[in-house]
Amino acid sequence: MSCLQVNNLDVRHGQLAAVRGVSMTLNKGDVVALIGANGAGKTTFLRAISGAHSPAAGTIQLNGNEITKLSSHKRVAAGLALVPEGRKLFSNMTTEENLLLGATSARSGEWNIEKIFQVFPNLSKRRHTKTGTMSGGEQQATAIGRALMSNPDILILDEVSLGLSPLVVDQVYQNLERLLATDTTIILVEQDLSRAMKVANRAICMLEGEIVLDKPMSLVTRDEITDAYFGLHKIRTHNGDAA
Amino acid sequence: MTNQIIQAILLGGYYALLACGLSFMFSVMKIINLAHGSLLVLAGYLLWFLAEHYHLSPFVGLLIVTPLMMLIGWALQAFLLEKSARGGELLPILTTFGLAIVIENLLFEHFGANTRSLAPYIGDLSWQSWELFSGVYVGKTSVYILVTAIIILGSLQLFMKKTPLGRQIRATAHDPDTAGIVGINPKKASAIAAALAMGTVAISGLALGVRGVFDAYSGGPQLLFAFEATIIGGVGSLWGTLIGGIILALAQTIGANIHPQGFLLGGHILFIIILLIRLVLAKGGVSHRMKAAFGGAK
Amino acid sequence: MSQWTNSVTIQRWTPSSRYAIVFAGLVLVLLALAPLFASNGLLDRLTALFIYVILAAMWNALAGYGGLISVGQQAFFGLGAYFTIRIADLGLDPFISVALAALIVGVISYPISLVMLRLKGGEFAIGMWVVASILHLMVNLDGLIQGETGISLVSLNHYDSAQRLTIIYLLTLGSMAGLLALLFFVLRSKTGSAIQAIRDNEEAATSVGVKPEKTKQLLFVIAAFGIGVAGALWLTSATTFLPKTYFSVQWSAYMIFMVLVGGIGKFEGAILGAIIFFLVETWFSSTGVWYLVSLGAIAIAFSLFLPKGIWGELERRFNWHFLPVGYQVVEKNKINTDKK
Repeated sequence: MSCLQVNNLDVRHGQLAAVRGVSMTLNKGDVVALIGANGAGKTTFLRAISGAHSPAAGTIQLNGNEITKLSSHKRVAAGLALVPEGRKLFSNMTTEENLLLGATSARSGEWNIEKIFQVFPNLSKRRHTKTGTMSGGEQQATAIGRALMSNPDILILDEVSLGLSPLVVDQVYQNLERLLATDTTIILVEQDLSRAMKVANRAICMLEGEIVLDKPMSLVTRDEITDAYFGLHKIRTHNGDAA
Repeated sequence: MTNQIIQAILLGGYYALLACGLSFMFSVMKIINLAHGSLLVLAGYLLWFLAEHYHLSPFVGLLIVTPLMMLIGWALQAFLLEKSARGGELLPILTTFGLAIVIENLLFEHFGANTRSLAPYIGDLSWQSWELFSGVYVGKTSVYILVTAIIILGSLQLFMKKTPLGRQIRATAHDPDTAGIVGINPKKASAIAAALAMGTVAISGLALGVRGVFDAYSGGPQLLFAFEATIIGGVGSLWGTLIGGIILALAQTIGANIHPQGFLLGGHILFIIILLIRLVLAKGGVSHRMKAAFGGAK
Repeated sequence: MSQWTNSVTIQRWTPSSRYAIVFAGLVLVLLALAPLFASNGLLDRLTALFIYVILAAMWNALAGYGGLISVGQQAFFGLGAYFTIRIADLGLDPFISVALAALIVGVISYPISLVMLRLKGGEFAIGMWVVASILHLMVNLDGLIQGETGISLVSLNHYDSAQRLTIIYLLTLGSMAGLLALLFFVLRSKTGSAIQAIRDNEEAATSVGVKPEKTKQLLFVIAAFGIGVAGALWLTSATTFLPKTYFSVQWSAYMIFMVLVGGIGKFEGAILGAIIFFLVETWFSSTGVWYLVSLGAIAIAFSLFLPKGIWGELERRFNWHFLPVGYQVVEKNKINTDKK
């Protein structure tokens, strides 16, 4: 059953078309790696899905319900949660307060504060620390925990590794493993291709605002993804046509 | 001497009560509401109107005026502040200043030029006092006002810190877009904050009328007192507002001792001195502060 | 790149702005000749209009170009009038007192700027109101003023009334023209470009070496001086100094109304706003309170729905640039056709 369906989505930044005619269908339990160079439109696309940026055209459906016109807090209530790029924590509030804010939409589900601390054990000692003073890894864990507190059907993770040391990234992904084992649908933006290929079961590549590749991870090769990333497939197809 | 200090502390409590709504809006919503004084006077007039025409004690009147002011606060946020805050940091100053002019002149049009007071409607209370020790009397209303200020500031502080709604309001003030992503309705959170601020303004209006007299144009001076108490106490700290109010009142008392007309001047000059001290203390970070100060000032 | 530079050019003076300057010059000459044919009543009203233009232009300089909203500019209006009284009391000619008073206001505003310019947006706005209150209270302490009773500029009686009216009229006209010219050239100078750069993006401006503090200070002092001139001139035409009236926050309300309606950050906007305010006052001030309510409501409406004011709207629709303090990028062909 499709749990997120995007049809012909156009998103603009003023004159610039950042996302152009993107369609995508996600099924329950999908773990999608969204791959693309900087400026390919990934973040804009995800922000449009989560309601932080309103699209110029197209529709978005969540569990069969139209959410294109809903404001972001209503989408959270409908089951979408975004871990934004740059974490965007409320830095003058404690870890606990940030997590509690994540539960504002009051969706029922398995996640609560204690469970978050189980999954991210390094956070529990930071419970009453203001997040602005914490390390990047702790902040990222808090941001993910905050999103989980809404018990989402779909979790969107935008650049969770950005600005973190490799060791800390390992830690974050270790923590994520338990989450990946559940049937939560996940969209993940990750620059580290090996990691993305390991974690996700489906690859979607964006280039210049369009989806250029969408395949199960098991059927895709590393080269295919790299070509899509740099737009090389276009040149190859082009050459092929000419020949 | 002791008597003067005690009276000044009580007066400071009054200033803190005047400042509650302004300080709350400033620290939580980052908006300086220039209509604060006029809204306070509006609340005073509403209480007076109920007392004069319906013989409602101002304390009972508060049960009607507080929700009414909260409604006004909600409308203020929905129709004025929401839109002007999106236009940058400067726009709310202009719109709330315009609102102050509209309110005070409407009040003048409706209630005329006579000064009003709520003191006649609270019976004996207005002149009753306690004798603290030999020869030092404190007016009961002044003490009640100080206590009310402490209760309101304390409960606001507690509300913001401990309740989900308080957290949501803080989160929205910090970053409304992210608040939405987290599941908070930022419009609702801001409207509730504005309604709360105006709810306290109703009580400030009661204090204004009980402690003295007011007319349609009293809003300006009240705004300055509230603003000075807020700044002296340190923006963002509700308890600071109480301290700020007391320091302001002490400075006025000292001013009045120096010169018969020095009461107001003493408070204003202290305010400028505090600004200077703030500058010296922040000297290390002046350039950073300059950026913070004028970066958004477009 | 070279193709691009060939096809466009940067220019200040468009043909319409050249006509506008000539037109402005003609209007000034006509106004200067007005005492020969206009009635005393008209001269008196025009004097008020010129003072409004000064006030609007000065508040606009501060807010529209410096990004500094103040609700305390009445401080300098009151001081201008006060120092005129003080200096005239020493036995100087009232009109020389006006000039000296304005200079003193300008000088005093400098130390004030050092403290006040450190304040943020809303804090600066009300902080200036506190400054106005302090100055008002201090002026009241001066025995000469007799508190709120006030005092008249008696030395004006050395001139007979018709002569006095003409002098005040011409002096105000000259001050207005001079101050507008001063502002025009400051905004067009290198400093002016810096000022506009700061307004548009302070951080970027700082990174290319513009010093925001200095330029803001310059605007602050010019605005204080100009408003001081206005206050002093208002006194000569009203003759009586009542501290309460001169230090009233009402003046800030008027300035804000004029600039918001005319067009904030637009040189021509402030002038247009002053003319509109003058007309509104002439026709509607008899409605008393409702007139003031409307001023406030209109100011709110403009700031919410037409933030660039009437002039900004005209400029956008018809591409009018009469008194250019900025630059225009124009395609070359277009200039050529314009020149024909």
